[in-house]
Amino acid sequence: MKHLRTGLLAAGLAMSATTMVATTATAKDLVIGMACDRTGPTQTVGVVLCPAYHDYVKLVNSKGGLMGNKVKVVEIDTQYKVPASVEAYQRFKKEGAVVVALWGTPMTQAITPNLNADKIPGTSPGFGTAAAANGVKYPYLFPMAASYWSQAGAAVTFAKAELGGNIKGKKIAYIFYDNPAGREPIPVLEKLAKIEDFELKKFAIPPPGVEMKVQVQDITRRYRADFVLSHLFGKGPAVHIKEFKRMGYPLKKLLSFVWGAGEADINGAGGWAKAQGYNALNFAGVGSNYAVLDEIKALYKKEGKTGPEEMASTVYYNRGILAAAVHLKAMELAVKAKGSGDITGTDVQKGFLAIKDFKLGGILPPLDFTDIDHEGGGWARVFRVEGDNFVPASDWIRGYRDVVIQMLKEDH
Amino acid sequence: MFHRESGYFKTTYQADMALYPLPIGRYAIIAVGVVFFILCPFFLGEYYLSIINLVAIAVVGALGLNILVGYTNQISIGHAAFMSVGAYTAANLATKLDLPFWITLPAGGAMAALIGMLVGIPSLRIKGLYLAIATLAAQFIIEWIINHTPTISGGVAASIEMPRPVFFGIELANQAELYYFLIVIAAIAIVGALNLVRSRIGRSFIAIRDQEIAAEIIGINVFKTKLIAFGISSFYAGVCGVMYTYYLGVANYENFQLITSIDYLAMVIIGGLGSVLGSIFGAIFITMLPIAIRLIMESVGTIFVDDAALAQVIAQFRLIIFGGLIIVFLIVEPDGLAKLWQNIRNYFRFWPFSY
Repeated sequence: MKHLRTGLLAAGLAMSATTMVATTATAKDLVIGMACDRTGPTQTVGVVLCPAYHDYVKLVNSKGGLMGNKVKVVEIDTQYKVPASVEAYQRFKKEGAVVVALWGTPMTQAITPNLNADKIPGTSPGFGTAAAANGVKYPYLFPMAASYWSQAGAAVTFAKAELGGNIKGKKIAYIFYDNPAGREPIPVLEKLAKIEDFELKKFAIPPPGVEMKVQVQDITRRYRADFVLSHLFGKGPAVHIKEFKRMGYPLKKLLSFVWGAGEADINGAGGWAKAQGYNALNFAGVGSNYAVLDEIKALYKKEGKTGPEEMASTVYYNRGILAAAVHLKAMELAVKAKGSGDITGTDVQKGFLAIKDFKLGGILPPLDFTDIDHEGGGWARVFRVEGDNFVPASDWIRGYRDVVIQMLKEDH
Repeated sequence: MFHRESGYFKTTYQADMALYPLPIGRYAIIAVGVVFFILCPFFLGEYYLSIINLVAIAVVGALGLNILVGYTNQISIGHAAFMSVGAYTAANLATKLDLPFWITLPAGGAMAALIGMLVGIPSLRIKGLYLAIATLAAQFIIEWIINHTPTISGGVAASIEMPRPVFFGIELANQAELYYFLIVIAAIAIVGALNLVRSRIGRSFIAIRDQEIAAEIIGINVFKTKLIAFGISSFYAGVCGVMYTYYLGVANYENFQLITSIDYLAMVIIGGLGSVLGSIFGAIFITMLPIAIRLIMESVGTIFVDDAALAQVIAQFRLIIFGGLIIVFLIVEPDGLAKLWQNIRNYFRFWPFSY
């Protein structure tokens, strides 16, 4: 009987919870929905990126919001799961979100049809399919950062510059995570191999990518690549730095795509000293020498707190700032165009398209969204490990933009 | 004490064989039907309908797994792979051949059943954990094949965009329309499972579960029956995958990875092995509990901390509470939520007397 009573109580609790309606946003708040992963497979990114987003919103709100309208973020932890993300999106919609931040490639794909139907712009910086940058086909989806196609273009541009401006006949190795995201840049790389006449060889790493001794040996000893492009996830980047180092390959000739660029990857590889020269692409600025970060620190100080500890992981923190800054800029432009805080998703979508040359003191590339290009230009910048820091090894690049745009247009 | 169970005399075999022989059972089912088919769509907003939609999909998948694991005692951790087979079959048929959902849905199920039966062949020789590992292999093999075969997966991205289901010229696009689409399939799946488990085949499943050798001695073809169990279970999984694909508008194997298989195993174990009602409870529990926990914490938590800090607290605590509640429920009733529900029912049968 006792058991039954506890059981009943628990069941009752669960039921009452489901019927409870959470009331959060007040009428005047502009609502942003943010899907986050703080507890799933990509949590190492989420626990830094999401707080950064909140910090930036807090900063804007402390300055009076967007023309007097406060911004409210509704965050839901989706654990990188599709059903949870679908539920989260519907919740954002119910809360009246005018823009939603998506998280994860499969989730982005699952929610994209809804974005167009509900006319709510969604963003997917650093993930989602490259073809989704086609704004004509997906008017309400904004990758707003370099897709894997654009990254491939930037990577080849960088490799060419590093190899003395000519890569004709050079051997380029592409080491990648064997999943859709890992394979996505291949069509671009193959096209560029034809255009620039270099030799491309692909080396697949089966997920989870913690064992790649054979492939790295193959690249360094047998194939003797002149330059290596890597596109790995999770623990993979740290492992590949270690392996290339062990083989004595100069890390200056190794360039990782955006998900191998974090401080955590360097620490995982055995620290900064062991990763000297390692290059990685980024779609937001790296480091803490940006005015906006100082403002956030000042805000914390004013509240009597020490600066946000997440800021130590500058790569992901700054990506969170990028997401927040672009969202709020689009919303600000929407509010300005409308003349009041009474904006809809469509207004914000137009706000995105109105963003021109928005750099936020250099932490962002000069983003510029057009009807077809929802990437904002496909900008990427290479940062290199030197000393205990990432230092810029290139300017903001957009390599072979015409090739990428052509591919976007061809994809129907 | 709310109703009497005696005094209902059946005069035909048909009446005796009815799914719900007592009037209260029939009334309850009619009430549930009215609630879900008429009241819910009218009174619930899109958000709540979307949650029910996810539950409806999960119910079909959990039923399928319960037929295999709960009723036949063949452990499978490749359930999600069978879903992906259904999903990609339907997506290819719908996009390449323009077939409507009433063909793609059973076709996806049938294809999954075929693959499932193939995977089920080792079940004659290996049992228990060993079979679990064999099905785990199936999970990875199917994933790999889909991932590396552009003809199936539709290119490097391994995802196929799916048109919305069309019902007599009406495109089912919003949550309410999809709600009817999904809930009808889920209802058919539930009725099918209820009838299956009391049929000759269903009873032979149970016989094999309880004592395989005894089942063989009384004349059940164990191999054939196990394969049928794999087939039916995978058919359900395939249909679940197709429902997913229509609901999300995209077929993507990344939705159907090992973790999804584990989720479904959790559903049938928490809901109750060998119980149709248990599968439904399990699907509801696993899908809605995290949402419920979050809603409670959101309404209570703002008293203590601000929004930004709360987000971090909720994300972490939700996992702890979720895991804790699973343990609590399993300790209170190891036979799952279905048994818990039965206990409640039995208690009220004699209420207010103790026996």
